[in-house]
Amino acid sequence: MNRVRAVILRRLVGAVAVLAIVIVGGFFLLEAAPGDAVDAYVVSTGGDAGMIEELRKAWGLDRSPLARFGLYVWSLAQLDLGRSVTFSRPVLNVVLERLPNTLLLMGSATALSFSLGSLLGILAGSRPGSFRDRLLSIGSLALYAVPGFWLGLVLTVLFSVQLRWFPVSGIETIASGKQGLDRALDIGRHLVLPVASLGLIYLALYLRVMRAGMAEAWRMDFVLAARARGLPRRRIVIGHVARNALLPLVTMLGLQSAAMLGGSVVIESLFSVPGLGRLAQEAVAGRDTPLLLGIILVSAVLVVLINLAVDILYAVLDPRVGAGEAA
Amino acid sequence: MPLLPLSRRSLLSGSAALLASTALPAHLRAQETPKKGGRLIVAADSEPRNLNPAMVASNGVFFVASKVVEPLAEASFDGADGLVPRLATSWEGSDDGLSVTFRLREGVTWHDGKPFTSADVAFSALNVWKPLQNLGRVVFKDLESVDTPDEHTAVFRFSKPTPFQLIRNALPPLTSVLPKHVYEQGEIADNPANTAPIGTGPFRFAEHKPGEYYRLERNASYWDKDLPLLDEIVYRVLPDRAAAAGALEAEEIHLAAFSAVPLADLARIAEVPGLKVVSRGYEDLTYQLVVEINHRRKELADRKVRQAIAHAIDRKFVVDTIFLGYATASTGPVPLNSKTFYTDEVPLYAFDPARADALLEEAGYPRGGDGKRFSLKLLPAPYFNETRQFGDYLRQALAVVGIDAEIVNNDAAAHQKAVYTDHAFDLAVAPPVFRVDPAISTTILVQSGLPDGVPFSNQGGYRNEAIDALIAKASETIDPEARIALYREFQKLVAEDLPLINVAEWGFVSVAHESVGNIANNPRWVVSNWADTWLGA
Repeated sequence: MNRVRAVILRRLVGAVAVLAIVIVGGFFLLEAAPGDAVDAYVVSTGGDAGMIEELRKAWGLDRSPLARFGLYVWSLAQLDLGRSVTFSRPVLNVVLERLPNTLLLMGSATALSFSLGSLLGILAGSRPGSFRDRLLSIGSLALYAVPGFWLGLVLTVLFSVQLRWFPVSGIETIASGKQGLDRALDIGRHLVLPVASLGLIYLALYLRVMRAGMAEAWRMDFVLAARARGLPRRRIVIGHVARNALLPLVTMLGLQSAAMLGGSVVIESLFSVPGLGRLAQEAVAGRDTPLLLGIILVSAVLVVLINLAVDILYAVLDPRVGAGEAA
Repeated sequence: MPLLPLSRRSLLSGSAALLASTALPAHLRAQETPKKGGRLIVAADSEPRNLNPAMVASNGVFFVASKVVEPLAEASFDGADGLVPRLATSWEGSDDGLSVTFRLREGVTWHDGKPFTSADVAFSALNVWKPLQNLGRVVFKDLESVDTPDEHTAVFRFSKPTPFQLIRNALPPLTSVLPKHVYEQGEIADNPANTAPIGTGPFRFAEHKPGEYYRLERNASYWDKDLPLLDEIVYRVLPDRAAAAGALEAEEIHLAAFSAVPLADLARIAEVPGLKVVSRGYEDLTYQLVVEINHRRKELADRKVRQAIAHAIDRKFVVDTIFLGYATASTGPVPLNSKTFYTDEVPLYAFDPARADALLEEAGYPRGGDGKRFSLKLLPAPYFNETRQFGDYLRQALAVVGIDAEIVNNDAAAHQKAVYTDHAFDLAVAPPVFRVDPAISTTILVQSGLPDGVPFSNQGGYRNEAIDALIAKASETIDPEARIALYREFQKLVAEDLPLINVAEWGFVSVAHESVGNIANNPRWVVSNWADTWLGA
């Protein structure tokens, strides 16, 4: 277990540095955007100069950016994410309210693209260069090239507006009073289309990584040996070729979790899923610095954790990983 | 025989229903007897941070809050002075313009059961409308005190003569009444009732699930015993416009207001059986498409150049192509549908690029070798598809007469800062709102001497003493006829000197299911209380 502990320690030290960079970068990027939260707010209300001045004071925007950054870091040091200007509520509450929806969406979409992608990858990679391989590779590439919002719109028009199989938008039926299993099924029905639009796009990546790994594995000596021993083809594909191609796929899983968060901004807006992605978009439009930083921080922690889990999994799966440092 | 489940009866009734849905015009079917009960689901494109309509008099807030918190009077197509009573039953101004007396409705209770009295009105006026409200700070600036001789009379006293006509016109949008007993403790801006409003309206605020919906419930003890008709109103948060149209077609929502369905989709949506497109119900919320001008630019400080720009714009093209007919060409700063104040006796600027060319030559800006006279920075407001599209059109229209406009695109906050605080523009496209009376939010567009940073105001550095004097005089003229005459003169001066260029004016469009009754029955229906709105089968 020493090996695993070394991996965790190394990752945690790196994570602190990542979070620090994220905070500084996020704060000053949003600061560089013209207009502040009051500008964004008065667009919808109008108001005279006195009102605008009072708002700036009330929201703490009359201080210099550096002073505000200092205050923010100070409150962060006390584990306080601050108050959202646009929601006038603590950032942590707002973010935690949306986090489960995003996790559900991301988790399901990742599961879909990972499982379906690797399955199709095995189908393609079991006979590299075959017609089936070509068809799957081109098909998945085409899906990868499709913009997420467009795929979402097409799925909505087809399955919600025309066929009425699935709801157009939302995370569950509003104010339905459903409980337990009923509610879970209801949420599931609402998630089908957003998960499909998000998951189908990333499916191609897993498929191609799997296929490439398998194509390479076919040329390995142990595969030759297995064939020489007269093992059935199916066993060679599953037990020898696919198994060895699986490791890069796990790496991919960690990398993709960040990309998935990005993709969910579009999909959450399109399907009106109240998640972190949509919240981030609202935070930028409202110039809500504390909220945006809160979202970025929570997402960064999430990505770091997922990657940590992937690393541990990797260390467990492959004895060669991390062995050098642990020795 | 049960192989064919289709009976003759079901076939007949099916075709009859088909006939009914195609043969009867929409307005006939909507006039069935109103039905009680039901949950109306409507699309909301955003969630305002504050749902207190007495503090924030804006359409986004009213859309939800006007069903909960009521004003003293509401707008009406046929009532006297365009009003019907709500919390006030009558109103009367004194001849000297120094006081207005309101008789208040009796037997009204707040949603928490406490009685509504004149003390609530006095508190709202003095502690909220005048010091805190975005529009009230202008209209009620001279309000000095509110006398409450009895529980159902409130007398507003002004330190300077204030036109009763203006107060009357301001009643629907500016006078939402808050419960004093809820707001008198602590800071008004931090009161929890700002996000869960308590009022006297036909619906009570039930819950808000952030990012998902608002839910309002029927107020069983509403002062009008027969109303409201609906049991519930649910606002579903649908930030994506395509999602709103899809949700309507899939019958997940009944109504999408404020042009949530883009104009370009309306022709297709109108063909969908069971859906209707309604453009009434926005008459008192007229948006104006305006070219804002930075008069600090030497070229634009020349009236001839501004007139040339006005001549270069084809208003008919703008109305037909950008607004797809859902707009009217403007002649000046007051829209055509303001029957009280509008006048067409103003200088008009017909589409005439040749005349524009001639004016620019006269002004001393000949075309250079590349055909260009000078370059400008053009900032279209990002708030509407139409303001952005008009920006693109204006660039092309100006190119024809030799003015090279470079478009600068910003998001809402950045546009607000660039135009109204930093003045970093030459031309901007803005959508100000005309709110029934020019003194509420229209004269501010040309008046001089305003501090930097005030949105939807003259930030172009324009100063015209004649216009300023006219605005000042109208603001203290009590006699309505004299006041109207002053504002007609104002329109003439503005159209003549062009501190800004009015291009078109529009109201929004609603798309609703045929089953929704009593839609658009007053000139600010979308932001009124929906007490008599009902849901058929």
